[in-house]
Amino acid sequence: MASALASPASTLPLKVDDLVNSFGTVKAVAGVSLELRAGECLGLLGPNGAGKSTVIRGIVGRVIPDAGSIAIFGNPASSAAAREALGWVPQELAVYPRLSCEENLMSFGRYHGLSGAKLAESVAWCLDWAALQDRAGELAKNLSGGMKRRLNMAAGIIHRPRVVLMDEPTVGVDPQSRNRIFEMIEALRAGGTSIMYTTHYMEEAERLCDRIAIIDHGRIIALGTNEQLVHSAFASRSQVTARFVGNSPEIAGWVERRGGHMGDGTAHFTIESSTEIAGLLADAEKDGLELADVSLRRPNLESVFLHLTGRELRD
Amino acid sequence: MIFAIVRTSIAGLRRDRPSLALSFVLPITFFSIFASVFGGQHSSTPKVKVIAVDEDQSAASRQLVQALKRETSLVVSTQSETKGKSSQTFTAASAEAAVKAGDFPVALIIPNGFGEHPVSFGPAQNGVQIQLLNDSSDMIAPQVVSGLLQKAAMTAMPSKMAEQGALYTGKYVGGFTPEQQKRMDESMAQLRKYEDAPAKSEPDGSSSGPGDSEFGGIISVQSRAVVGENKRNPMISFYAAAIGVMFLLFTASGSAGALLDEAESGTLDRVLSSHVTMTMLLGGKLVFNTMLAFTQLIVMFLWARAVFHLDFFEHIPGFVVMGLCTAFAVASFGMLLASMCHTRAQLGAVSTLLILTMSAVGGSMFPRFLMPPAMQTAGLFTINGWAIDGFTKVFWRDLPLSALWPQVAVLLGIGTTLFLIARRIARRWEFA
Repeated sequence: MASALASPASTLPLKVDDLVNSFGTVKAVAGVSLELRAGECLGLLGPNGAGKSTVIRGIVGRVIPDAGSIAIFGNPASSAAAREALGWVPQELAVYPRLSCEENLMSFGRYHGLSGAKLAESVAWCLDWAALQDRAGELAKNLSGGMKRRLNMAAGIIHRPRVVLMDEPTVGVDPQSRNRIFEMIEALRAGGTSIMYTTHYMEEAERLCDRIAIIDHGRIIALGTNEQLVHSAFASRSQVTARFVGNSPEIAGWVERRGGHMGDGTAHFTIESSTEIAGLLADAEKDGLELADVSLRRPNLESVFLHLTGRELRD
Repeated sequence: MIFAIVRTSIAGLRRDRPSLALSFVLPITFFSIFASVFGGQHSSTPKVKVIAVDEDQSAASRQLVQALKRETSLVVSTQSETKGKSSQTFTAASAEAAVKAGDFPVALIIPNGFGEHPVSFGPAQNGVQIQLLNDSSDMIAPQVVSGLLQKAAMTAMPSKMAEQGALYTGKYVGGFTPEQQKRMDESMAQLRKYEDAPAKSEPDGSSSGPGDSEFGGIISVQSRAVVGENKRNPMISFYAAAIGVMFLLFTASGSAGALLDEAESGTLDRVLSSHVTMTMLLGGKLVFNTMLAFTQLIVMFLWARAVFHLDFFEHIPGFVVMGLCTAFAVASFGMLLASMCHTRAQLGAVSTLLILTMSAVGGSMFPRFLMPPAMQTAGLFTINGWAIDGFTKVFWRDLPLSALWPQVAVLLGIGTTLFLIARRIARRWEFA
């Protein structure tokens, strides 16, 4: 950790430059470039198989890139200094099930070179951060799903890294545990830690991330703040959703002719101005369609995500 | 509905290769091993290696040695065979040393004066007895040799038997008339002619006629165990090692399987993203598994000491050397299996198949000296075989540490080689 701290302040916590990685004939990552700024939380969103995990695994050194470079505070990702500065919370519950919470943290702390009082201090801090003090002696396999997730996160930051990669850390937890995890992440950020965060939950990215990168087919297809992404994809347009009585092919045909699309039995339209909604309703009435309800809303991150990556199933 | 369940089960079994292997390959493998050991494919019984030392060098002793050499159940050696050195005739001392070292289970010493009264029909006439030196761990070989010795005496020295019979007759009946003596002499001449061409009587060299399995038959034999004569329970040390090594192998492969669990759970990836390298990780697991196996051996032998009175505390240095070498080899074996397999189920099937096969061939289930020569040689390709040989040297033969060098070298070699192969295969986990 000492060498990471000694890095120049101007050096970016994480810089990925033109990363390429293939598995056989499949190009999982096709030239990804990213920068994680100091104290920032950068969201990395993408459909299944888009290349998110490969990018993350490349950064933590578990995948050797075919091309490109990765630097942590200016140090190559494979260097000892980079490993000290980098923490990783994998998507899997990567802890020892037959060890207690405290023993797990002790083990991973030792793997990162901690010992003695520094190790004990870090373990105590992590138990507190993850709200697991009362369960310190509990075997990991006996914890609830949310506690296991928190222990998994604590094991990733036991060496107090300045850059943390979190790969879908809230998968399979209840809303209460998710909120607790959000608080943990916000506490980390308050301490100045830079975070790269992957998730499939758009509201998490909206809440936690300063900037968001959308990756698809191994490439970054959009990057910016939530507002920048929405504006870039939809400008000042709004979205209208309408449900009609019945579900005939004629309704779908009418929606398509009006420039919208059907999804989950609901028609979606994009309009430039809210005044356009009156014309839409009038046309529906004129063509004999009976509306059940209509709503108008500004596009959000999910709208952008679906707009950019499409609606077809990926796996 | 039952048919649907059967179809589902068949489809599942077809894709469960470990279960298929356990269901079909293991039974066939075991059947083949046992059939080989107990004669399913061999009509002849295992040959007994025996040393013959002819100190007498009389006509009778030479005839006896030649007759023993013609026995197809025996492999008689009169000279030591050392690679790179000229062979030397065995002496009583070198024969005893060879039995003590476990090179031969039995040695026969034909002492000076044997030829004067080779046939005794009971206690030796002049106090000269053939010495039968044996290793008491092999309870079969001395019985076989002593029986064939009596048989050889009957077939190889009929004239001596007749002479001795005539002497008994003269002593206890009052002698022969001149006519009877003349006929006796003529018969003796015929017998001696027969003895001069013994091989012609049995051109195929096969043994014929009943053998006398009792000690103290027509030839006086004094039997002496030169190995294990003071042991309270001769087979305890053998089985402590034999069973111990087999279960060590199971434990080591199971323990090494933690690597597969860690790979599956993602823990391995997390560990390797820290300062820990794959070599460090495998090295750490090797040390742990070696310690675990050694501790198992200690418990096993302490139990044998407490319950079966194994002389454990008298052999601590030898136990430590053999225990550590064995533990290292089995730990490496487990690491190799774990690195080769992709799932716990696969590891379970492969390890069961290999370990039971190695244990059967290597002597963990029955002593190797009871096996046919080819099987005994096959046992040298197993960890069990070398480990049991080493522990036998320590606890049974009371040999010094220096005598353990072949076993130590082989076990360390096996351990190192298997670990290096495991390390090479484990590269698949290092980077995706």
